[in-house]
Amino acid sequence: MIRFDGVTKSYNGILAINDLSLALNAGQTVALIGPSGCGKSTLLSLLVGLISPDRGAVTIDGTTLTASSALRLRRRMGYVIQDGGLFPHLTARENVVIMARELGWPADRRRDRLEVLRALTRLSPDTLDRYPVELSGGQRQRVSLMRALMLDPDIVVLDEPLGALDPMIRADLQDDLKAIFLALRRTVLLVTHDLAEAAFLGDRIVLMNRGRIEQDGDFQELLERPASAFVEQFVKAQDRRFVGPR
Amino acid sequence: MRRYLVCVLGVAACLVLFATGGLAANDELRIGSKKFTESVILADIAVDLGRAEGGRVVHRQELGGTRILWDALLAGTIDLYPEYTGTLINEILAGEAIANEAELTAALARRGIRMSRSLGFSDTYALAVLPGTADRLKIARISDLVAHPTLRLGFSNEFLNRADGWPALRDAYGLPAHTPTGLDHDLAYRALADGSIDVIDVYTTDAEIASYGLRILDDDRRHFPVYDAVFLYRADLFERRPDLVRAILRLEGRIDVPAMIAMNAAVRNDRRSETAVAAAFVERQFGLLITGEGDSVAVRVWQRTLEHLTLTLISLSAAIVVALPLGIIAAYRPRVGRLILGVVSVIQTIPSLALLVFMIPVLGIGAPTAIVALFLYSLLPIVRNTATGLSGITPPIRDAAIALGLTSWRRLIRVELPMASPSILAGIKTAAIINIGTATLGALIGAGGYGQPILTGIRLDNFALILEGAVPAALMALAAEGLFDLAGLYMIPRGLRLKRSIRD
Repeated sequence: MIRFDGVTKSYNGILAINDLSLALNAGQTVALIGPSGCGKSTLLSLLVGLISPDRGAVTIDGTTLTASSALRLRRRMGYVIQDGGLFPHLTARENVVIMARELGWPADRRRDRLEVLRALTRLSPDTLDRYPVELSGGQRQRVSLMRALMLDPDIVVLDEPLGALDPMIRADLQDDLKAIFLALRRTVLLVTHDLAEAAFLGDRIVLMNRGRIEQDGDFQELLERPASAFVEQFVKAQDRRFVGPR
Repeated sequence: MRRYLVCVLGVAACLVLFATGGLAANDELRIGSKKFTESVILADIAVDLGRAEGGRVVHRQELGGTRILWDALLAGTIDLYPEYTGTLINEILAGEAIANEAELTAALARRGIRMSRSLGFSDTYALAVLPGTADRLKIARISDLVAHPTLRLGFSNEFLNRADGWPALRDAYGLPAHTPTGLDHDLAYRALADGSIDVIDVYTTDAEIASYGLRILDDDRRHFPVYDAVFLYRADLFERRPDLVRAILRLEGRIDVPAMIAMNAAVRNDRRSETAVAAAFVERQFGLLITGEGDSVAVRVWQRTLEHLTLTLISLSAAIVVALPLGIIAAYRPRVGRLILGVVSVIQTIPSLALLVFMIPVLGIGAPTAIVALFLYSLLPIVRNTATGLSGITPPIRDAAIALGLTSWRRLIRVELPMASPSILAGIKTAAIINIGTATLGALIGAGGYGQPILTGIRLDNFALILEGAVPAALMALAAEGLFDLAGLYMIPRGLRLKRSIRD
């Protein structure tokens, strides 16, 4: 279980997260959504420990995230970012196994795990020997996902994983992600700015605005019982894309 | 990781090789010379006499000016060098008001230094005119000048300004009507020959006195101090190798003024090497046949290549070892980084000659001093490129490495340094190329290398000799460039060298 308790974070005097509390249950897939600058990516950075809160605490299964506990907690999390964040000097395979090697996994264990993940992410075997510059955007995200899942983490954190992809590849990967989330049953926290994607992938949608949570519920609730004028506006703005002008 | 280890071990092996081969042994007689022809010839003669006696003798030629040679002798970096009594009395020991040779010997003895008797000639200031002028105006003595106030005087700037130069001469002879022009010593001869001036100052053994057929005016009031040529040597040398000292002191009283002028002229006008001129003199005077050792161009160039590589490799390796961590600190601790880069940049702005001279009192002359200077100059490009390369890593990559759970040390080793390697390697390459060029200045303080023939070539106006140093130095710089490009193929990860091949 992940808890944010009264978390506040500001950059250069601008409040990015404002006294926010949120709890995620194990096995849940939660989509964080909201306009640019609403603080959704900042929340992920806080969870991974890339930044620390000004006030409040982030707790994972009862352990508070601090400078000293961060290293251990990170190894229980997989993290995927928009353009993959793959290391350009390593092949796809080397990127995926980097932590397993650091932790001294024997070669056959690494190979077995790699094969499981390759099948799961539906990558062709020859892709793994290429360098990131030799991969397409979709392939890079699949490799990045393999790297995030390599140590079999309890928590998977994805920051706009499909944001840079074109619609066809994006739809394809959405299907695969959904299948993978269902198969693995891990706690997933996914940031997206696309309501349809949030609705498709998330069991639960958390809509953020100006560092606060506007509404926390499922897609149906957002449509039918918007908690504020902002939620109504946000849903309407996104909704128009599917149904066209009325 | 393994490939870095291979490279480091390779460089280390080269270093040991060059360090053992390149640095001087201790059981040898080291003779120094100043940066002018006469000093080099006298030292070469001493070398020949010492070798004929069976000694291991090295000549550390053209170390620089008086101060450098004197300090080197006191420090024991050299054992013997040619000097002039006037220089000792008026410059080196000027504070002690030495009146005669006995006092001079005593003053030297207090410092553990001994002095030979005069080698037979005095190299002092004199005034010279063209023979035509002398005959026409009937001038033979300096005091004759008083009667000819219209004569145009052209003096070297040093002579004009020295206390014992023009001001003292003017007072001694009462020459108030003359206002001399200051000009470069080498130009003075040409100006005299083409008639734009009438009287110049010369050294009594200048080769040009012979080549222009100049008439020396008699110093009839004995104004100019005596600058007898002598050898200075360390007292402990005499205890160590009395045989060698005695052999060299056979030169006392053997060179007269015309003989010295002839030898200077043979080098400066006939383009013969000092070594050859010295050998010819020793053969004539002492019947010793000197066979030149290591005389072929190939052997000389090879020897200097080893010296040059020693300077460059040791200083560059040390710079890499020091600059890499500094660059890493500069990248991750911006405030300390600014300080580091500031200090390293300031070092870079110190003129190389000044830096070399500053370090002589501390480290003496020779390769170690040059290596320290080259080391200092190599720091900036490596520190800066390391810091730039590391700072250039984008936040997403940095975040991804942190989020994976890599410790900061493992992030540096596995991700950040490999990604910065193209920049770091480029910095090392720049440092190496600057280093190879700057190392030629090492010859000024006796570090050897390609600078030696360049220095001699400039002094003798010998273009071929300059090329003998400049061409290999340029080739070595090119080779370094090529070598680093090859090293790039090996050390820079392939993924960073590929161009983006897929677009979507």
